[in-house]
Amino acid sequence: MQNYKKDFPLLTELDIAYLDNAATTQRPVPVMEAEREFYEKYNANPLRGLYALGVKATEKYEESREVVRNFIHAASAREIVFTRNATESINLVAYTYGLANLKEGDEILITVEEHHSNMLPWQMVAKQTGATLVFLECDKDGLISEEMVCSAVNEHTKLAAMTHISNVLGRKNPVEALIREVHKVGGVVLVDAAQSAPHIPVDVRKLDADFMAFSGHKMYAPMGIGVLYGKEELLEEMPPFLTGGEMIEVVTRCGATYAELPHKFEAGTVNGGGAYALAAAIRFIKEIGQDTIEKREMELTKYAFEQMVRIPGIQIQGSAKAEEHYGIISFALDGVHPHDIASILDEDHVAIRAGHHCAQPLLAYLGVRSTARVSMAYYNTEEDIDRLIASLSTMRKKMGY
Amino acid sequence: MEIKSYYNEILTDHNIHPGHKEDLVGATCVHEGINPSCGDDIVLQLKVEDGVITDGSFNGDGCAVSQASADIMLDLIVGQKVEEARRLADIFMRMIKGQATEEEIEELDEGAALRDISHMPARVKCAVLAWRTMDEMLEKNS
Repeated sequence: MQNYKKDFPLLTELDIAYLDNAATTQRPVPVMEAEREFYEKYNANPLRGLYALGVKATEKYEESREVVRNFIHAASAREIVFTRNATESINLVAYTYGLANLKEGDEILITVEEHHSNMLPWQMVAKQTGATLVFLECDKDGLISEEMVCSAVNEHTKLAAMTHISNVLGRKNPVEALIREVHKVGGVVLVDAAQSAPHIPVDVRKLDADFMAFSGHKMYAPMGIGVLYGKEELLEEMPPFLTGGEMIEVVTRCGATYAELPHKFEAGTVNGGGAYALAAAIRFIKEIGQDTIEKREMELTKYAFEQMVRIPGIQIQGSAKAEEHYGIISFALDGVHPHDIASILDEDHVAIRAGHHCAQPLLAYLGVRSTARVSMAYYNTEEDIDRLIASLSTMRKKMGY
Repeated sequence: MEIKSYYNEILTDHNIHPGHKEDLVGATCVHEGINPSCGDDIVLQLKVEDGVITDGSFNGDGCAVSQASADIMLDLIVGQKVEEARRLADIFMRMIKGQATEEEIEELDEGAALRDISHMPARVKCAVLAWRTMDEMLEKNS
């Protein structure tokens, strides 16, 4: 078995089974070196310098955008907007497209599985425009079927937003069906790819997604760089999100004309080093191989899942099939609160997340207050999982049962 | 990364076999304490007569730390004057911050079992929930 951890200094230096990758992944050497390289070799304010170094900074920034375009198969780099993270990307669409295009009588369709970042912006749009926020429910295993999608979409559906892979259940949702149905009635769809882009190949043109959002830090890039994809004709018509420097053509005392795409949506000095490091992360992913990543993560998911279901007292949320978990397993253990599970695992040097996972409506719907969540990346090992299983197997005893 | 376990027998025993987790008949004050980020939720019920806490109980839902801490607290404060209960709460809060003396911590009896929580900032609010709830309640009622 190949040692993938060797690229990640934190994982080789700390004695830790890091199983909180859905929250944020670790950073490999080439990504950290890229961020450093940008500031060491190309540092000037991108997009404005009238000198060679400034031109270089701009070049590197725009080359990074091209790497992202290629990664998600967008038609044009004009459709790639750099943001801080998926949350900001979704807010951008809500505050611009949402507020400008929705009105009373329209419906915004989201699912009960959404992360708060793909829910609160739409609550805001509904409140401000008078549109109705409609929830697509899943079944108790987290399944959203094509039929459920078809019956939720109607002629009032002007905008729909759906997570590609649930951050709680790890289940892949039928975004293709949603996009097809919403397009039939003339609406647009935003895909939250925060948990999919790092783990499976994503093709915005094959999906025919109108908007897509994801974060760099969940795919080995630094924190503070994220992406919004939007179809060019939609972005073109949208008002700017933030205004100020770097997003204008001409400013007079009482108005301005805005810069071309995508700069219209990138007000202020951009995160040049972050974008450059995100491009390095994408190159890194391609070098490992997206197929290899997907296959390896599925192996680990099955390895963990099959052992977890055998531990007395463990209930896994979502599908009963390991292959429908895409590296994410949320669970409860009888009599042990999820925060205690996380603390005891921490004592055994296993890092997992516990809590509501920023998806309180989903947990309420599933009838739990919080869960513990294991989430894997391709660099995890069977030994990491063995440590998790060993600790979980003795946990109820440790807690006095 | 040596982590000192605070899941000792005192804590797990109070969590699984609480002596005070029930409804209190004749409670004179009831106050709810919540940690929104954790979902820890306790309802503290006390019977205060002539400035003395003559009985107390709690109900709720939360992690072992929050539940055991509430039970240990009630063991300590039932039978005490209001001022004494608040003084103990102050010692407990300072213990969690690492600012109480050994003599003071001894006064907390089994409450001392929670002293190592101070190494785990994310769990501090679980440990102090019951104490904070009691202190707020008694301050309001005084």
